[in-house]
Amino acid sequence: MSLDLPLIFGVLMGAAILAYVVLDGYDLGVGMLMPAATPSEQDVMVASIGPFWDANETWLVLGVGILLIAFPAAHGYILGSLYLPVAAMLTGLMLRGVAFELRVKALGWHAELWNWLFWAGSFLASFAQGYMLGRYLTAFQAGWGYTLFALLTGAALCGGYVLMGATWLILRTEGELQMKAVAWTRWGLLWVALGIALVSVATPLASEVVRQKWFDFPRTLALMLLPLATAAAWFWVWRSAGRSEWKPFAGAVAIFVLAFAGLAYSVFPYVVIGWLTLREAAAHPSALKVVLAGVALVLPFLVAYTVFAYRVFRGKARAGLYG
Amino acid sequence: MDAGDALLLARAQFGLNIAFHILFPAISIALGWYLVWFRLKYARTQEAEWLATYKLWVKVFALTFAMGVVSGITMSFQFGTNWPGYMGKVGNIAGPLLGAEVLMAFFLEATFLGVMLFGMNRVSSRVHLFSSVMVAVGTTISAFWILALNSWMHTPVGQVMDGGVLIAGDWAKVIFNPSFPYRLMHMLLASGLTASFLIAGLSAWRLLKAPGDAGATKTLRLGALVAAVLAPLQIFVGDLHGLNTLEHEPAKIAAMEAIWKTEKSVPLVLFAVPNEETKRNDFAIEVPKMASFILRHDLDAELKGLDAFAPDHPPVAPVFFAFRAMVGMGVLMLALSWGSLFFRKREPRWLLWAFAGMTFSGWFATLCGWLVTEIGRQPWLVTGILRTADAAGRVPEAALGASFAGYLLVYGVMLLAYIVVLTHMASEGAKA
Repeated sequence: MSLDLPLIFGVLMGAAILAYVVLDGYDLGVGMLMPAATPSEQDVMVASIGPFWDANETWLVLGVGILLIAFPAAHGYILGSLYLPVAAMLTGLMLRGVAFELRVKALGWHAELWNWLFWAGSFLASFAQGYMLGRYLTAFQAGWGYTLFALLTGAALCGGYVLMGATWLILRTEGELQMKAVAWTRWGLLWVALGIALVSVATPLASEVVRQKWFDFPRTLALMLLPLATAAAWFWVWRSAGRSEWKPFAGAVAIFVLAFAGLAYSVFPYVVIGWLTLREAAAHPSALKVVLAGVALVLPFLVAYTVFAYRVFRGKARAGLYG
Repeated sequence: MDAGDALLLARAQFGLNIAFHILFPAISIALGWYLVWFRLKYARTQEAEWLATYKLWVKVFALTFAMGVVSGITMSFQFGTNWPGYMGKVGNIAGPLLGAEVLMAFFLEATFLGVMLFGMNRVSSRVHLFSSVMVAVGTTISAFWILALNSWMHTPVGQVMDGGVLIAGDWAKVIFNPSFPYRLMHMLLASGLTASFLIAGLSAWRLLKAPGDAGATKTLRLGALVAAVLAPLQIFVGDLHGLNTLEHEPAKIAAMEAIWKTEKSVPLVLFAVPNEETKRNDFAIEVPKMASFILRHDLDAELKGLDAFAPDHPPVAPVFFAFRAMVGMGVLMLALSWGSLFFRKREPRWLLWAFAGMTFSGWFATLCGWLVTEIGRQPWLVTGILRTADAAGRVPEAALGASFAGYLLVYGVMLLAYIVVLTHMASEGAKA
């Protein structure tokens, strides 16, 4: 049996990036919501993501790692084209990563500074990721219209992460903070609606390849299930916010999964739209096979101990570290 | 500007990132095992003092680990952006090795770190201990894969050509390449020494503020004792590593010892200023025949000089000086750790100051060693296979320059904050 290795790695990479966006999405979102909370609420918010953020960011390394290992030509091209936003994102991730530790360990105005940097780093990283998404979807074409689009996707992804973060807080906190999180959820939903609408309209306009894939009757009718399901998930989150603890988070995850599926459909089989396919960019089969064997071996353990960690920390978050 | 500037910037930027990154694994690999020890001591004795010690150093570990994670993420991006020629040429070998690190080590340590840091009251003592072990195992596995790749770049074997593409013919050979066992041992011991001097140094700092602090006295003595065991071991392994380098990368040894001409009975250069222009050493202080004796165990043996590899030899001065700086620091570490054994009843203040001053001595030695081995491999990125100049990318200089300045600023702030917070935590001491 011969394996379609480029396809398998395309799927794996997509899964890793989706896992990253959902998982780090909620903790970046919580970071961005910090200025809207009181100092004691901030401590609860950070405590709710403290045990998870390290592992969440590892999914980014895995996603980029698969791009690097399985599609080296695309890694150099994509990340070379996105050099400055990548640098901005990394700066943001670094600042917030150390701010996690330093906001409680530093003293006086230093602690204040790191608390602020935690917010600023989360925002910078989220915005840069959205900006990169915008640049990627328009195949890095130059022009002010494309730049504007990327700025808007940057803002939209921030909204999406705020939605993830707010619904996470509904799930993991209680009392006044939880009530606030319900209001934040609605704000996030509005941004997400705007962002998804924008990307849905602009991507076909910007790319002939994408236009043909979506507007091709009768396939278009079947494809309309995707936006319909997204809209249903959106209303579900809106309705359940304030009534249920877990439904808003589950609905927000569903919105991300559906939006991601739409994007994946637009891009496939390319890795750089209209220029480089997964197959063309793939590394040598011998390398792919050995990595695949490694993934197959490690993945069950990875899933098992991730589930274990989430089980250990189930329930409501409490302020106070190292409890 | 020409291509040389862009190459220099790309190298400087990557060098900065990797140098910044290595500081934190250099501590966390061994500190993870120290934590296992503290945790085990507490589980056995149930003494509050061990719990306090554990809680203090787990905070240091958390901060160190976070610094390592975020600077490590940067690396995964820059492999492709700064060195596309690297992945293009040897990606089929480098890729799977990097992937193994992420899959086997990164997730393991990051996930169990959460349980270790925040789960002490949520899981049983046994599970918590297990999580601490998994974190330490993860950091060590991580070192294994990264050093396998790095060693392969120095002494590549096991690869074959398949239709113009370089692939692994034999993975066991690729991983266990000739320099790997020595390099791995050298790095693990370096981490052991770095963590030991960090622990001893910060504990000494605490004792200067609060004389007689029982917890700090314990950790100072433990760190000093472990260092006293590891320092001579490191010198022995370093010597083996050097002999291995002589066999597989003779040009690096020639640069380390500033041997310009191939001759018999080569003197050991204690100090000199290597001069690339005249191809000789200025102001040299030498011990006759000693280099031949150290490297070949024969006073009259012939050693290959840099002339044997011209024009493909590394720049001499940085390798020569970095090597001497590393060895010098190693000797200081040996002297201090052994010297301290005479004062285990009660440490005098000058000894505490000496340890406090040597808190980050491991960083210094590790960075010097890294400069020796990496600059010593030039002009090659992968010995005999890929030149550094052929691997650089197409990122515009302006973008490189701007991001370089940005990274420099961010790293500067982070490093400063790290050191300030560590010293502050240490001076507060361990609290249950």
